[in-house]
Amino acid sequence: MKEAAIVIDNLTKRFEDVTAVDGLNLEVKKGELFGLLGPNGAGKTTTINVLCGLLEPTSGSANVGGYDVQKEPEKVKESIGVCPQETAVFSYLTGRENVELFGELHAMPTEKLKRNVDELLGKMNLLQDAKRRAGKYSGGMMRRLNLIMALVHEPEVAFLDEPTVGMDPQSRRAVWDFIRELKRQNKTVILTTHYMEEAEELCDRVGIIDHGKLIALGSPEQLKEKFGAKNLEEVFIQLTGRRIREEL
Amino acid sequence: MNLQRVFALVKRDLKKMTRESATLFLIILFPVILTLAFGTSFGAIGGAQSTTYQIGVVNMDSAGPYQQWSQHFIGNLTNVEILNIQSYSVNETAQTDLIQGKIQAVLLVPENFGQSCDSFWNAPTDPSLWVNTTVQLYLDSGSMFATQAIPPIIQQVLAVTVYGEQPTSVPRPIQIGSPSLVQVGKISMFDYMAPGIFAYAAIFLTMTVAQSFTTDRENGLLRRINVTPTTPTEFMTSQAISNMIAALIQVALVFAMAYLVGYRPKGDTASFALAFGIVLIFSLCNVGFGLITATLAKSPGAATGMAFIFIMPQMFLGTFVGFALSPAAQAAGKFVPSYYVTDALTSLFLRGAPVSSPTILLDLSVVSICSVAVLLLGIVLFRKYGKV
Repeated sequence: MKEAAIVIDNLTKRFEDVTAVDGLNLEVKKGELFGLLGPNGAGKTTTINVLCGLLEPTSGSANVGGYDVQKEPEKVKESIGVCPQETAVFSYLTGRENVELFGELHAMPTEKLKRNVDELLGKMNLLQDAKRRAGKYSGGMMRRLNLIMALVHEPEVAFLDEPTVGMDPQSRRAVWDFIRELKRQNKTVILTTHYMEEAEELCDRVGIIDHGKLIALGSPEQLKEKFGAKNLEEVFIQLTGRRIREEL
Repeated sequence: MNLQRVFALVKRDLKKMTRESATLFLIILFPVILTLAFGTSFGAIGGAQSTTYQIGVVNMDSAGPYQQWSQHFIGNLTNVEILNIQSYSVNETAQTDLIQGKIQAVLLVPENFGQSCDSFWNAPTDPSLWVNTTVQLYLDSGSMFATQAIPPIIQQVLAVTVYGEQPTSVPRPIQIGSPSLVQVGKISMFDYMAPGIFAYAAIFLTMTVAQSFTTDRENGLLRRINVTPTTPTEFMTSQAISNMIAALIQVALVFAMAYLVGYRPKGDTASFALAFGIVLIFSLCNVGFGLITATLAKSPGAATGMAFIFIMPQMFLGTFVGFALSPAAQAAGKFVPSYYVTDALTSLFLRGAPVSSPTILLDLSVVSICSVAVLLLGIVLFRKYGKV
């Protein structure tokens, strides 16, 4: 049996009178590609922020890569890569400089960093534009850059928050291939997405969160079978009672 | 502390300074333009300018057995190249001319001036036998040069009159009512302003730091850095280093530009080293003010405006603008750190004070303590309430 990359035990996070995450229990295996689904405001981002060490849980505990997120946040941060939902890139740096910066912040050796930067820029089709300032990139290029900035240091656990939002179909396919390759490298990936077909296509298992609680957990096939649905979107609508794209 | 991370962040900041036009302007171009503008406007071009002071003298001791002393004193004053002596028979006329700006000072030689000098020479070692008196000096309070330059010149002439070429530190029977510590001969307005300009340029780091932090926060970049192993200490160290580099560049540019327009400060290598040092320390204070601004401001636009909460008092009360303010405002200046930077640089470059003088050491201490305190306060506030 594979060891757990992420263990969440009775995790609760409250913001004053709002409970964003409510007694969440979850285990993600090493090398698993796990989809975290839920409507807007369901508690997905809060859960990820706790796992990344950005927020302290109100109660409960969480382990990432074998490290407690509260007791050993530095170790957690060394082993994770986070691709935020918004394109957070330094507009005055070139594409290459942005990726190099995040490699250096993870204290990567120079040679390895250069090799990884070249490889990732090539895979995301950004090599030709690597010397252009990121502020001049198109939206799709920025999102691809956003992704590789999170993965340049080869993290054991990757948190990808809506990595394909706003991408054209070709770019999206390229990112899907890239995510599949991470899985082949035995990396653990937590993927949040509003695209049900994306979750169905990529994820080994998905967890659906609503009102801070885990309301369904299983592989896409298991969930479809359990709820008698044609696809994951139908499962989702049955469980949450609202359309996932209503706010888009 | 991982130096690779620190230097990576410093490199990023320096690229931002050179590539973003607004930052480039505030850090590099603004001090250059400011120095050139003030240098050309206030008389530094061509080096120090010759200045002549119009002094009105009312001799109340023009008759009697000791009159030669007052005549000798007035003669010595007339021999001073930069003084233009004008005699008045009555004080009222002299005062009228002073009020109308025709002269910059009135010197009232008392009736017992000669007697006082004579009493000194009759018993030079026994002050109890001296006839003490005071030479009244009235100065044009609207003239910065008159108030600062004339008293030491009169002191010196008086000493030469009474003692010949003896040092002025020995006791004497005659005093001047308006003492001053500044010894200046040929100066320009820019000589007074230049020390303040060094502080003035660094003050605007408050704005660039506040803008940088709020922009990075708004764009999710601080949060993104926060999920890397970079510690808060490494991040803040990088900020301190990059802003000190910015301050170093600013001081070097201001010096270069000031030199170009004719500014020739007093002081030796140690003075220049201390000048750079104190501005570098002061830059940390402005990083602290920038962090406090970024904590309070919700957006980069708001940060730009709110930065003036810290910039304006420092600018008006603590730099070259300060000398033109009321006494109350000048006293208030002692509560802003920039005042002590300007004061130290003025002592070094205008008064030619050595780096070990108590005034400069006091200024350095105040700037250092303030800078550390404000920086720590900024870090604590931004971490707690900065919403990263």
